[in-house]
Amino acid sequence: MAQEIIRAENFFDRRFGVTGHDVEKLLSQALARKADYADLYFEYRVNEGVSLEEGLVKQGSRSTSNGVGVRVLSEAKTGYAYTDDITIDNLALAARTAQAIAQNRSADVPVKVGGERVAAHDLYPVKTPPTDVALEKKTALLYEIDRLARSLDARVKNVFVSFASEEKIVLVASSKGWLAGDIQPLGRLNVTVIAEERGNRQVGTYGGGGRVAFDFFLDKNNYERFTREAVRQAILNLEAEDAPAGTMDVVLGPGWPGILLHEAIGHGLEGDFNRKKVSAFSERIGQKVASELCTVVDDGTLPSRRGSLNLDDEGTPTQRTVLIDKGILRGYLQDRLNAGLMKMAPTGNGRRESYAHIPMPRMTNTFMLAGESAPEDIIRSVKKGLYAVSFGGGQVDITNGKFVFSASEAYLIEDGRIGRPVKGATLIGNGPDVLTRVSMVGHDLKLDEGVGTCGKDGQSVPVGVGLPTIRIDGLTVGGTAAENK
Amino acid sequence: MERLELSAELALDILKQAKQKGATAGDVMMAESDSSFVAVRLGDVDKVSQAQEKRLGIRLFFGASSASASTSDISTAAIERLVDDTCALARATAKDEYSGLPAPEALAKDLPDLDLDDGQNRAVSVDDKIRLALAAEKAALEFDPRITNSEGGEFSASAARVLYANSHGFTGEYHGSSYGVSVAPVASSNGSMQRDYWYSSQRKFARLEAPEAVGRRAAERALRRLGARKVKTRECPVVFDPEISANLLRHLSSALSGYALYKGASFLVGRLGEKIASENVTIVDDGTIPGALGSKPFDGEGLPTAKKTIVDRGVLRSYLLDTYSGKKMNLSSTGNASRGIGDSPGVGPLNFYLAAGAHAPEEIVASVDNGFYVTELMGFGVNLVTGDYSRGAAGIWIEKGQLAYPVEEVTIAGNLKEMLANIEMVGRDLEFRGRIAAPTLKLSRMTVAGN
Repeated sequence: MAQEIIRAENFFDRRFGVTGHDVEKLLSQALARKADYADLYFEYRVNEGVSLEEGLVKQGSRSTSNGVGVRVLSEAKTGYAYTDDITIDNLALAARTAQAIAQNRSADVPVKVGGERVAAHDLYPVKTPPTDVALEKKTALLYEIDRLARSLDARVKNVFVSFASEEKIVLVASSKGWLAGDIQPLGRLNVTVIAEERGNRQVGTYGGGGRVAFDFFLDKNNYERFTREAVRQAILNLEAEDAPAGTMDVVLGPGWPGILLHEAIGHGLEGDFNRKKVSAFSERIGQKVASELCTVVDDGTLPSRRGSLNLDDEGTPTQRTVLIDKGILRGYLQDRLNAGLMKMAPTGNGRRESYAHIPMPRMTNTFMLAGESAPEDIIRSVKKGLYAVSFGGGQVDITNGKFVFSASEAYLIEDGRIGRPVKGATLIGNGPDVLTRVSMVGHDLKLDEGVGTCGKDGQSVPVGVGLPTIRIDGLTVGGTAAENK
Repeated sequence: MERLELSAELALDILKQAKQKGATAGDVMMAESDSSFVAVRLGDVDKVSQAQEKRLGIRLFFGASSASASTSDISTAAIERLVDDTCALARATAKDEYSGLPAPEALAKDLPDLDLDDGQNRAVSVDDKIRLALAAEKAALEFDPRITNSEGGEFSASAARVLYANSHGFTGEYHGSSYGVSVAPVASSNGSMQRDYWYSSQRKFARLEAPEAVGRRAAERALRRLGARKVKTRECPVVFDPEISANLLRHLSSALSGYALYKGASFLVGRLGEKIASENVTIVDDGTIPGALGSKPFDGEGLPTAKKTIVDRGVLRSYLLDTYSGKKMNLSSTGNASRGIGDSPGVGPLNFYLAAGAHAPEEIVASVDNGFYVTELMGFGVNLVTGDYSRGAAGIWIEKGQLAYPVEEVTIAGNLKEMLANIEMVGRDLEFRGRIAAPTLKLSRMTVAGN
């Protein structure tokens, strides 16, 4: 990792002529009004996208962004300014703008950075980032997926494939003296299929990725599996019936249904909401918020995962944080500002979308640890209910705790057996209550494939989720078929 | 590296460079903006942010192949690299006979002055912004003792300049300003909390609602949610408040997008000229309303943004198209190309609204014996391919024509096809609070799932 810091440091020096000495001077200017803390966030980012539709790779696009955000903290106040024109004059102007929030004038405080190295992880040692791989290799993969999808079922009418990749080089310098850099690759392959039969048109979608090299996607176990899954879902939806409406027992399959934890629990445990006491989980540490079967963690240190980071966007190394331990609420997710104000330690969850955004507490990879039940036994235990295995998006109101998430593949359970497929239904519940209704947890913990993006306050960041098969007693299912009730 | 100024000359120069490298056609989109926001919380400054940004994007054609790229580094060397990158990308994409710029004769000629910039962006100081955000939050906090906390008040302002040029020789430029004030108070009683939000958003500073009015409205919205409960699962009439109606229109605009249609990814495929909604429904898209948030003098391809009727008394009269998606369906662009810098065009509505009807909102509520007045939606449960719709909802239960008690943790479900056909009453309370607007609507029935 030490090499990476040097590389990121050199990168900005070489590209924009901003030296370590300049950084020290800027931070000291930013602190000039007795501010508590200042940091600089340098970012250089390349995004590339190629996509296929109607059998043709019609689109290719590439964008390059660079910029610097200057932040000054004074107690609970944040001053922020950013520029995409990286010159010393502009940075000095940004530093002055950002420090306008601190009121009392005083002399410049000398700042020395780089003395302390941040001991970070090395979670994604990718030699060639996916943005640097020859385009022909990417388009060839897209054509192969199109061919495969169409060969799997004659009812496949259209196939959309996209491959998006990113490389981000970041450098954080803080007035506390540390300098931390990272190089963050990211790739995501997505396959969407439209199937049609007798005028009934249905969609299936699947994909995956992470902080991985392009070879990951060339692996048959990945691209071929994603394609087969997208086709299978579209075909399955051709037969799906209207989803039921009302409260019933729900079994969630392993993996991506972990979005339940992200919405129902994760957001409500972010430090900013809890410092402001606007979360349904405010001041509930030490209390029972889930059944004893539930242990939930947020872990930014899993190798190659989409939600992982060597260090967060404030330069703090990521870690594994226990949120719920055997049903008891244990911890919050913190950035530096909120950790400081709550007199807690930062947890490596200070993230931001880009240099144009102020960091805040965000999740990384959030999942429930495996339990002891066999998944088959969990299904068998339900007399009449819903088995949901794949989801679209979700949302939460952190203040009243209500959350929703929408199933994209679900089945009725009748007398302990998986029955007919039903159309996507929205599940709705109450965050502080839902995990208390978890009555069985499977031994089959699975992490998602690497497709999640979380939005908060207008900022999007990549995240991961995971879940073993679980049974929830009594959750509201929002289908259209109300007459059965 | 020296940073270049954004100008029509620079755009034409880039297109010339590209031509020398073999491009047969192309276009350039550039924007620069000046933006700021302040956030206050519980009477004190929370955040102040300020920024200036520039971005430049190009799309190049090599015959029927094309690619796009963009950069925030506006220097001679970076632009040269950008052109090279785009050429390399274009060589890797397939020939697509439908691709290309619009016909030269279709491009906007006289660019209307739509009064989109009030020139006040720099005149409103940081202190003014803080004062306005504080006033909005204070009005919310003082409205009722049950308003006990706040996620804060915000004020934002931006001014942007957009330039577009293409290899037919078109160049155009416009400036637009926008301002917003919002508050998110928290109400509590009996140990339970409810948060809500209200806002005002305008192109002109002088047209913003008074911050005090925004604050009071936000407080009312949070208070009316206190004590919310679930209801029994049933089918019943549903009334959408204007924000929720606008949300329905947003889904409709996505289903009307040429890209969704030619891909077969919309429930409205092949419905042009047919009845898709009740006859109470007339929907218009108009990019030429002076001073409106969705107005612009030309679209993302340089085409005029004229007013058009999309749905006329229930009958679908027009899709939303750009040049490419139009060609795919043998139709002309409707001037709805929307364009991120460095993306190829997509389709988006301009000012897209459902025309006001005859009924007062109170009259609509009074017509419902037992039903659900929806004021909040959650989640993403809409499938535009099939029209299936299932979303989390909160609002107020209607009993015998009266708003009776707040409801939460329920879902409303149906299918967009039926929902549009079931629009039984249209309110007269149309107000442009954003680019997409609609009045209060009554749908004859949906499934409400709860206990």
